[in-house]
Amino acid sequence: MNAIVQPVKQFKTEQIQHATDDPRWVRYTLISVSLSFILLFLFLPLGLVISKAFASGWQAYWDALSEPDAQAAIRLTVLAAFITVPLNTVFGLASAWAITRFEFPGKSLLTTLIDLPFSVSPVISGVIFVLLFGAQGWFGEWLIAHDIKVIFAVPGIVLATLFVTFPFVARELIPLMQEMGSEEEEAALSLGASGWTTFIKVSLPNIKWALLYGVLLCNARAMGEFGAVSVVSGHIRGITNTLPLHVETSYNEYNSVAAFAGASILAGLAIVTLVLKSFLEWKQGRRL
Amino acid sequence: MSILIENISKHFGQFAALDHINLEIPDGELVALLGPSGCGKTTLLRIIAGLESADEGRIFLSGEDKTSQHVSRRGIGFVFQHYALFRHMTVFDNVAFGLRVKDKKERPSETDIAKKVHNLLELVQLDWLHDRFPDQLSGGQRQRIALARALAVEPSVLLLDEPFGALDASVRKDLRQWLRNLHKELHVTSIFVTHDQEEAMEVASQVVVLNKGHIEQQGAPADIYDHPANAFVSKFIGQTNVLNLNEDNVIWLKTAGIAVDDSKGNVAHIRPHDIDVKKADADSDSPVTLKDWQHLGSLIRVELYRPQDNGSGTYLFAEMPNERFKLLQLNKGDRVALHIKHAHWFNS
Repeated sequence: MNAIVQPVKQFKTEQIQHATDDPRWVRYTLISVSLSFILLFLFLPLGLVISKAFASGWQAYWDALSEPDAQAAIRLTVLAAFITVPLNTVFGLASAWAITRFEFPGKSLLTTLIDLPFSVSPVISGVIFVLLFGAQGWFGEWLIAHDIKVIFAVPGIVLATLFVTFPFVARELIPLMQEMGSEEEEAALSLGASGWTTFIKVSLPNIKWALLYGVLLCNARAMGEFGAVSVVSGHIRGITNTLPLHVETSYNEYNSVAAFAGASILAGLAIVTLVLKSFLEWKQGRRL
Repeated sequence: MSILIENISKHFGQFAALDHINLEIPDGELVALLGPSGCGKTTLLRIIAGLESADEGRIFLSGEDKTSQHVSRRGIGFVFQHYALFRHMTVFDNVAFGLRVKDKKERPSETDIAKKVHNLLELVQLDWLHDRFPDQLSGGQRQRIALARALAVEPSVLLLDEPFGALDASVRKDLRQWLRNLHKELHVTSIFVTHDQEEAMEVASQVVVLNKGHIEQQGAPADIYDHPANAFVSKFIGQTNVLNLNEDNVIWLKTAGIAVDDSKGNVAHIRPHDIDVKKADADSDSPVTLKDWQHLGSLIRVELYRPQDNGSGTYLFAEMPNERFKLLQLNKGDRVALHIKHAHWFNS
């Protein structure tokens, strides 16, 4: 009754250009544009930073980094990161958990607000803290009366860094945890595990690469933040200068070796971050 | 362990997912919660497990009130539709999980755990996969591992949420049979949720039909099929032809051999296999013609068309064994005579 369905004769595939392929010239133009852009705006400045830092030789480079103000700047940068990164890790985990696992009023508002530091200029983030804790600020009088210094002191720098970097961990975790759902956790609970055991043995292993990725980005930003910290720091050499601020101060004083030596450390941090980042991306890609 | 569900209600916003459900499940049964999607069956299962809390009502397991007990203390085994295996653990570690998280006092030694895990993996016939990760397994294998994992803690009740829903049709068929045999072996009281009436009939010893947050009927599969309590159950369990008892249909039903008694209801449901089809004699005035047929394996489904006075017409479906259809030697467009052996009556 029906004609028998027969396979169509096979065409030779190599002669056919795939329907979804762009023409060759489009591909090559796009590739060369992006490559030359990277070359011009990334590798050229990076090379310049390194060559300037070593312009007066190894010894001058070493001296510029070991002078007390530079050392203090490095210590302060590490301290700020040391405080903010763990705090933001905990905050990021808690908020990602809350957003992906619970229903509560104001949930979408919280999701939006987490991104706020990304959409606001860092200078404004700094000014917020001056308005709150500065001498003329809301809490200014109370702080002076109790002899607590926030602005132009280490607490201000930590607060500003904290504010600027808090989205990183949460933003990495929320989409992942949304996609994974909570079935594995429910399974663990139904097998008799406590909430804590479930978190340690089931939730954390599933999100660990994304978490590390977020922590890494958070750390890079905490160490490199300039704008917000600049407003609250007051640029007191050896006391409230972080490494990025130290670079700027040195540069303004025409001490280019010191400036570029500091910059080379930040650039090195960036490269290490990039390498770790690709490693974590690869790990995460393999797991999921 | 017996399960008693007393007056359970659950709302999601304005939507009543469950409306005062009362249900008793005796020890050792394998019960299917059957209903269309959105009928509340999964919600009910999750409330029994303690993964969801009811707005009102109580849950008793073996007579003990478990309503406010945390899921981790209820002693239930839960099997998820999408397996929910721990993806970073091997098959062995997955099954061992429930034993390893026990309190120190109750926790078996690692050698005992290993022995038990291997026994369970043998029970589900997958011990040879013990060092694989979940993403290296097929869907059917994953679901069997998930079942072994749930059984490891020796649950008093086993709850399965659409356990075969994500599997291929052929794997599903195998696993149904396998689950029924496993239940015969273990006798653990089990409830499984499904929207597939065939699956419910095939696997369960008791079927509970749910619709819009209500229980429509509860009983053995055969009872529900042969004596549906209402029009919904009749339509949901198996195929059925629905005829409104207007004047025209009443006359026609009488000629087809069914005595119409309108005190029983105003709608007749007729199962396809309750319609006998044969070639109409030349002198018969039967207006029904054969439109088409489909081959369902051992059965043939016949599409029948009955023109009506007002110019429209109705389609009817009948089923008969393959052999019989061949003997009838029917062609498309042939006039056929029908004899209806049995009908159910409902009010709608």
